Amino acid sequence: MGSEHTVKAFDSDLQELTRLVAEMGGIAERMIVDSVDALIRRDVALGQRVVATDVELDALQKRIEERAVLTIARRQPMAVDLREIVGAMRVATDLERIGDLAKNMGKRVAALETDFHPLKLFRGLEHMTDLVQQQVKSVLDAYAAHDLPAAMAVWKGDEEVDAICTSLFRELLTYMMEDPRNISFCIHLMFCAKNIERIGDHATNIAETVFYMIEGQAITDKRPKGDMTTFATTVPNT
Amino acid sequence: MSEMSVSVSAPSVHPGSQPLPEAPAKVTARNLNFYYGDHHALKNINLALGTNRVTAFIGPSGCGKSTLLRIFNRMYDLYPGQRADGQLLLDHTNILDPKLDLNLLRARVGMVFQKPTPFPMTIYENIAFGIRLYEKISKSEMDDRVEKALRGGALWNEVKDKLNASGLSLSGGQQQRLCIARTVAVRPEVILFDEPCSALDPISTAKVEELIQELSENYTIAIVTHNMQQAARVSDKTAFMYLGELIEFDDTSKIFTSPSDRRTQDYITGRFG
Repeated sequence: MGSEHTVKAFDSDLQELTRLVAEMGGIAERMIVDSVDALIRRDVALGQRVVATDVELDALQKRIEERAVLTIARRQPMAVDLREIVGAMRVATDLERIGDLAKNMGKRVAALETDFHPLKLFRGLEHMTDLVQQQVKSVLDAYAAHDLPAAMAVWKGDEEVDAICTSLFRELLTYMMEDPRNISFCIHLMFCAKNIERIGDHATNIAETVFYMIEGQAITDKRPKGDMTTFATTVPNT
Repeated sequence: MSEMSVSVSAPSVHPGSQPLPEAPAKVTARNLNFYYGDHHALKNINLALGTNRVTAFIGPSGCGKSTLLRIFNRMYDLYPGQRADGQLLLDHTNILDPKLDLNLLRARVGMVFQKPTPFPMTIYENIAFGIRLYEKISKSEMDDRVEKALRGGALWNEVKDKLNASGLSLSGGQQQRLCIARTVAVRPEVILFDEPCSALDPISTAKVEELIQELSENYTIAIVTHNMQQAARVSDKTAFMYLGELIEFDDTSKIFTSPSDRRTQDYITGRFG
């Protein structure tokens, strides 16, 4: 970003904020991968580790907020600097929510004690996770590099995730109809799929924040959606 | 950063806040130039001060913002070798017209300076003096006008029991508000503030800023300030000037959150030079 401030300490304040957000981003990404891994491998210990990591993420978010408030109070930032600080706070909030969603999946690992292991379903979940994790990674890179085109690619690329989520829901519904003993398991998985889809939404939120930081305006276009929630009206054939 | 924004298939956007409805112009500058002898100090300034709006002028020292303010009431006429050309209108009056009655112009366009400049006379006389120059009124009417002016300057409650004390006995902040009251007393249409708070403590500054906001209901205000936060707080429109040119003139909310020109951004974020 542009030239340096006359007051050098202001630059280091801003750099520290960006660094903290990057640190948070790294942890959040790890949590997404670990929670889904734990889910698929039924690794309760890993699931619990994800739950424990969330504390770290929350603490970092708090630190970012404190630093941001302090910087605002001390430097009275304007224009691009102000947007940079507001952006850091917003991204930190999204990352904190991503952490909560991963933590929620980590908690569910212990509840999935059953022999029922529909491979195809897990593959769908894995694929969706790969996509979402890539989205999160790209948008965090775009945030760090102030790369507007990259952020916009993430903003527009959420469609596929929504579509996979919808098809997973449909599949889970058939398993539940087949055998009521699958219901508990399937509902847990349904929540996990929804969580991952929500994480994707947070990635697009971050993309919107990057847009705001660079352009100084909010996006008003409608984001393309692949979510066809019409499956909810599916009626079992009796 | 600006290169980037070009390469994006831009989604539609809306500004951070609703733009202010345009006010009818009170003072209009068209291709206004100003010279200190050979030095071309203001270059082709085009802008309009909206009626009953606060317009702030910001920019580094020597950028011409005070010079511009001093043209609005022909203050420069006091000095030889200084001249302006182009067009400058107060409503339909040509401010630059050499035949213009300067006393009348300065009654319509009042000015408050950086350092408080009360006259060495009583508080009451500080206000009454200006009024007497323009109007013949009775003692009771004058009392009324003085009180109104002091209330307008948010000073009445502090001085009502010592109207015969010297204006110089007041604190710096009170003196500045006395000067504002003195300006308001002759019922101007435009008030020019040249760094009105730079010699004041934070509380006095806050009082003057509050006052500027109140005055904007009835007066068109132009303020030159080096304090960016002050410009952001008190003004509706902000003009950024640099090296005698008007670089950017827009809604204050836009200038301080997302200015269009790189130079404006560098200046308000402290990256200049």
